[in-house]
Amino acid sequence: MTAIPFPSPPADSDEVLALRSEFRAFLDQHLGHRSPRQRSDNWYGFSREFSRSMGQAGYLGMTWPKQYGGHERSAFERYVVVEESLAYGAPVGAHWIADRQSGPSILKFGTDEQKETILPGIAAGELAFGIGMSEPDSGSDLAATRTKAVRDGDVYRVTGTKVWTSFAHEADYVILFCRTSGTPADRHQGTSQLLVNLKDTPGLEIKPIIDLAGQHHFNEMHFEDAVVPAKNLLGGEGDGWNQVMSELAFERSGPERFLSSIELMYQMLAMLKGRSDDAALATIGRLTAQLAVLRRLSRSVAAMLQARENAGLQAAIVKDVGAVWEQTLPDFARQLIDAEPDPRTAAAYAGVLANIVHNAPSWSLRGGTREILRGIIARGLGTR
Amino acid sequence: MLAEMIQRLFERSLGDGAQAEAREGRWLASLWAEIEEMGLPLALLGEEQGGFGLSAAEQGEALRLLGKLAVPLPVAETMAANRLLARAGLPLAEGPAGLARADDLAISGGRLTGRVERVAWGENLDCLALAVGDRLYRVPRSGWSLAEAGTALNFHPRPSLAIDWQADGGAPLPNNPQADGATVRAFQIAGALEAALDLTLEHTATRVQFGKPLQKNQVVQHELAKLAGELACATAAADLAAEALERGDMLGVAAGSLRAREAAGNGAAIATQMHGAIGFTREHPLHLYTTSLWTWRDEFGGQVFWATLLGRAAMAAGEEGYWPMVTEL
Repeated sequence: MTAIPFPSPPADSDEVLALRSEFRAFLDQHLGHRSPRQRSDNWYGFSREFSRSMGQAGYLGMTWPKQYGGHERSAFERYVVVEESLAYGAPVGAHWIADRQSGPSILKFGTDEQKETILPGIAAGELAFGIGMSEPDSGSDLAATRTKAVRDGDVYRVTGTKVWTSFAHEADYVILFCRTSGTPADRHQGTSQLLVNLKDTPGLEIKPIIDLAGQHHFNEMHFEDAVVPAKNLLGGEGDGWNQVMSELAFERSGPERFLSSIELMYQMLAMLKGRSDDAALATIGRLTAQLAVLRRLSRSVAAMLQARENAGLQAAIVKDVGAVWEQTLPDFARQLIDAEPDPRTAAAYAGVLANIVHNAPSWSLRGGTREILRGIIARGLGTR
Repeated sequence: MLAEMIQRLFERSLGDGAQAEAREGRWLASLWAEIEEMGLPLALLGEEQGGFGLSAAEQGEALRLLGKLAVPLPVAETMAANRLLARAGLPLAEGPAGLARADDLAISGGRLTGRVERVAWGENLDCLALAVGDRLYRVPRSGWSLAEAGTALNFHPRPSLAIDWQADGGAPLPNNPQADGATVRAFQIAGALEAALDLTLEHTATRVQFGKPLQKNQVVQHELAKLAGELACATAAADLAAEALERGDMLGVAAGSLRAREAAGNGAAIATQMHGAIGFTREHPLHLYTTSLWTWRDEFGGQVFWATLLGRAAMAAGEEGYWPMVTEL
């Protein structure tokens, strides 16, 4: 009655296995020198240089048409690159959003000109994107968006504020979710998406939001009668809601939803060397079982997306269960190992633990809060 | 198609009366005869071995159904035992069968003696696929007597058996029978969780409190979502274990089995809580599932056995080898 299908992911083909070892060698070559603490930044590390080398080696825009700089490889080949990047703690920030969701949205909804001017830059690792969805008064409630774009001849005049935009101070573009007609009371109606050039938009001001760890990832973007060319409309005017939901589907089921704290797992193993008590072995065993099953669920969603099936419910489940895993890892670490975490230390374990404890709260907020996801899952089960 | 046959058979024959009898430890002989007639004991075998030649997905569906219908007979065990016997090249069971590992049995003068702990429906079986060291034996019913009675949390018999049998040579052991047992249990757990979720959805939709169905409360919806997450994990875990068993990878079996066992406990707790007091009674069918979930999660090697097996491998892989190990599970 309520079966929630998670089809078995295909076994790794020879191509996939070859790609995995080739890409592991690539990571060793480019990032082998980084410390555990650096690796523990995981997907919120940002390096233009690394993203360019990814692009040059053909690891970005992997599934896109060659015409737009892509490589026409399978969703599973891309999955391998993504999960190996994260498992290695690669600084993927300068291509992460663009490769995962902005590029695919442009490919799906963009004009020929937009595809030709932007996609090759993303695939080359040259163009970085941020997400332009949340606002001060509409975070989880995206349909309450206020930011307004008014058509004025060849341009839109944009006024409003977006928040939590990771790397807006570094990135080149955001896809801005905004209202092109009506009021927030109209909810899903009258919303659109605009491609906004962060480096060249008069009337746009970007201000940092420092998080509790003292990091500058988040930003506030103020648009004050900012001018965006009308040709930067992505997809149809008024189609913003459906487009943004499609964008979120790219965002919710990937391996970043359970690998954010994986460096801590490695450092736990390093610290536990020589321990042979059942408590240590059984805890590591249990965590490994949970991780292996999460990975299978996530690959299952990748299989569904490859087959163009609607996986919204499954993706929400992966993110919900995955966030619990990555967030509770520090608690298991603390049950096995006595150590005081220190955000400034050079010691691997204490430094990684500090970084993970500081950042873990955000993992059940980004990409849909735990509460929103559980609501989506419940609705998928037929409640309400 | 097999799934439909299984569904029909048990929906017809498995009323409250049969479930209550099984809880008293009584063997449902006529139901077993129907199971045999359908050929279910050979369902996991290839067609060349007299089985159904089912795909992995169809096998999983059949095993999950046995859990979803709370079948109070050792059908899954018999299916797994026959597959193991076939793999070892030993004759198949001619009735209900069990499978077990018992390394401290003594063999002297060709005679196998010792105790096998807690075998499901042990006194009612036709034979036992028994691993001792690196050999697998097909021990016939005449080869054991009751050592000690035992009862599972779902009140089905789990007698310990006193083996005393003039052994034939047996066969080289293909793999630890606990892996076969743990894998079918993972599927049964997934099936029982499916039933528990269905019952919980139905109860929370129809039970009205404070003027509205329970399901209208967000806090209830969130518990339903968590239950769905446990079901998803158990289902994927069972599939993972089955694929690993096929390649003879005990670590994959451990991973799948462990996560399914964990889901059994987590899921049973949520389903019971969402039912309120009625879920704590025998008046409502939920107890068939919760008591079975609590039973199955501790069988064929306990939590500690499988968790330390996998944990030891992870520790040996170390910080460098951990991720490559995970990608091979």
